[in-house]
Formats: sequence, C-alpha cells, structure tokens
Amino acid sequence: MKKLFSKKEKRIVKEGFWENNPVSFHVLGICSALAVTVKVETAMVMCAALIFVVSLSNVIISSIRTFIPNKIRIIVQLCIISTLVVVADQVLKAFVYDVSKQLSIFVGLIITNCIVMGRAEAFAMTNPPWRSFLDGLGNGLGYSLFLISVAICRELLGNGTLLGFQVIPQVFYEMGYMNAGIMLIAPGAFFLLGVMVWIQRAITGYTEE
Amino acid sequence: MENYIGLAVKSIFVENILLAYFLGMCSFLACSKKIETAIGLGWAVIFVLTVTTPVNWLIDNFLLRKGALSWAGLENMDLSFLRYIAFIAVIAAIVQIVEMIIDQYSPSLYAALGIFLPLIAVNCAVLGASLFMSERQYAFGESIVFGFSSGVGWALAIVAMSAIRKKLQYSDVPAPLRGLGVTMILTGLMALGFMCFAGIRM
Repeated sequence: MKKLFSKKEKRIVKEGFWENNPVSFHVLGICSALAVTVKVETAMVMCAALIFVVSLSNVIISSIRTFIPNKIRIIVQLCIISTLVVVADQVLKAFVYDVSKQLSIFVGLIITNCIVMGRAEAFAMTNPPWRSFLDGLGNGLGYSLFLISVAICRELLGNGTLLGFQVIPQVFYEMGYMNAGIMLIAPGAFFLLGVMVWIQRAITGYTEE
Repeated sequence: MENYIGLAVKSIFVENILLAYFLGMCSFLACSKKIETAIGLGWAVIFVLTVTTPVNWLIDNFLLRKGALSWAGLENMDLSFLRYIAFIAVIAAIVQIVEMIIDQYSPSLYAALGIFLPLIAVNCAVLGASLFMSERQYAFGESIVFGFSSGVGWALAIVAMSAIRKKLQYSDVPAPLRGLGVTMILTGLMALGFMCFAGIRM
C-alpha cells in the first residue's frame, strides 16, 4: 500500500508553512491578515475558514483540472472558490454569529484572497488532488501562523487580554503600565507585520532584490 | 449635496479603503515599485470602482436583498446568501466589458491600462467596496460617490507609496527588511498620517 505521507508530500506541507510562506514570501493575502487581527478569536475563526476554503478549492480544482478549458479557467476557479466561501459564511453565521458579525465583509473577501487564487493557479492546476489538498493545508497553516501571531501581539499589547481573558495582571496597571492603543488601530498592524516579516526573513535568509 | 461631499472626504481620507481597511494590499505592494505603473493602476481602479459599485447596488436592491424581488411578486424571497457570487461575477464581467470598450474606442488608453485591467477583477478593494456598500445600506447616489471616492483614495495611496519607494532606492535598508518589510512599515507611517484627517467634520 502506498504510504499516505511520502517524504515529498511532507515537504509540500512544510514548504507552504515556512520556507515559501504565502504571507512573507509570496506577499499574498495581506489584506485580511491585517484587518481581522485585533482579537485572537476573530483571527482563529478567519484562519479556520481560509484553511477550509483553500484546501477544498485546491482539491476540487485539481480533480477537474483536465476538463477546465484554459481560456475560462479564472472564471471557473472564481466560481468554485466563491461557492465554498458562501458555504463557509453560512456555517459561521449559524454557529458563531457574533464573530461572523465582527469579521463583517472579510469572510466574503476570502474570494479575492490571493492565496486561494494563487494556489489554485500555481499548484492545483498541475497536480493531483491529494497533493493539492496538502499544499492548500500547508499554505493555509502558513497563513494562520502569521495571522495568529499578529493577533496575539495586537490583543496582548493593545488590550492586555488573550482570547478575552485578562493576561496582564492588575498590579502592572497600578504600577503605571498602559495598554498600547496604537496596536488596535491600522498603523499598529502594519508595523507589526513589517517587523514579523523582517524576523522571519532574517531566520530563513531570504532577501528581495 | 453636503452629504455627498462629506461621504467623499470620509472615504478618501478618513476611512481610506487601503490604509484603514487594508483592502487591495496585494496589488498595492506588488505594483508600487514604479510611479508610471502606480498611476495607470490607480486610474483603472477608480474607473472600475465607479462603475461596479452602483451596478452591484442595483443587483443587490432589485434581486438579492430580502424583499427585493417584490416587483416580481416574490415578497418573501431572500437571496442575500448569493451576494458574494453575484458581486464577483458582476465585477469580473464588467472588467471584461470595460476592457473591450476601451480597446475599441481608445487604443492609447488601452495600451496604458490594458495589462492592469485583468488584475483588478481580483483586487479586494473592488469587491470590498461593493460589500461595504451593501452592508452599510447606502442609497444609490451614495453608492456612486462611495465607489468613486474609494477609488480616488486607493489611487492616492498607491501613487504616494510608489514615490516614497523611488526615494527609498538610495537608502541603506537592512537586507531581510528590504522589499515587503520596509514597505509595510512605511504604509504604517502613511496610515498614521492619514489618521490626522479623522478630526475633520463636514
């Protein structure tokens, strides 16, 4: 019997997760990476939705890749992706209504999230379904790595909480510690992501130009 | 009228679609290396946003919203779950039509914008503006103003960023920070600058 995870398949997951991380290496999917990271909870829900959409759209597109006419492939991909996003959106509305209200339009924006389109175009169109699934999973996880770490920094520094629980003890505030309000507004997200990309690239040794 | 000017100022400066809502970041980062490219893409986005937002308003209010189909005798129909698919299809189709029209009537404009138009179909700023329009329940006139001024705000940000990046070529940026890293930090500074407009009340 063929092993479920050959060496090459493990490699596919790992590449998406770390070395070819979609956010820091390919510069994809930044929009939502910043908008939903004020709280860890919303970031986690967003990641779950994205992993669902990217891995399933990869599987579907890869299993019908031989039937898709080359000229209209973008429209076909968009249709499959937006159908999956509608499913994800309805599920979120049914089970975690509060969070889906906070995410507002950003669940819908998974459709135009370049990670999903990019993986469909670059990987699923040329690879078999199981590998495409793993590729989607790896990239989804790589995206989550960034999203959740940005969210942890923003919520901890901006609100002193994690997942809604007070983490920074009251004593600190009495000693004059203050929450960094800048973390909750847009510029804070830009700064944090810039610094995180810097750190990740310093470790992997990748440079532009 | 005042209402429209207020909305325009708000969506260009105070709630800039790029700097406050992070929409359209991907093409913002990828296409801000050269000023000419940035200007071309800026024009194309303004154009497409001004057309797609009102068209999606019509689709939303006459087909999708709860009770929108009452003109056809279907008072209880609620098709709002189809919003995403309908909007993205409209955007993709309009981008295609716009491309063909420009090609037919103004080859010089086509030569300048041509390569950017397909990119815009997947620009999240375009879909995002339509979704905001639907969520905030703008009126028809407001949706035109909102679409146009969101586009202007986006174009303003990308042109400013490409100018900064041109200057940046002469700076000694640490190697791992080059490219994406430093651009993100610059965008953060720009967003801080734009926040000054928040005090303006129309």
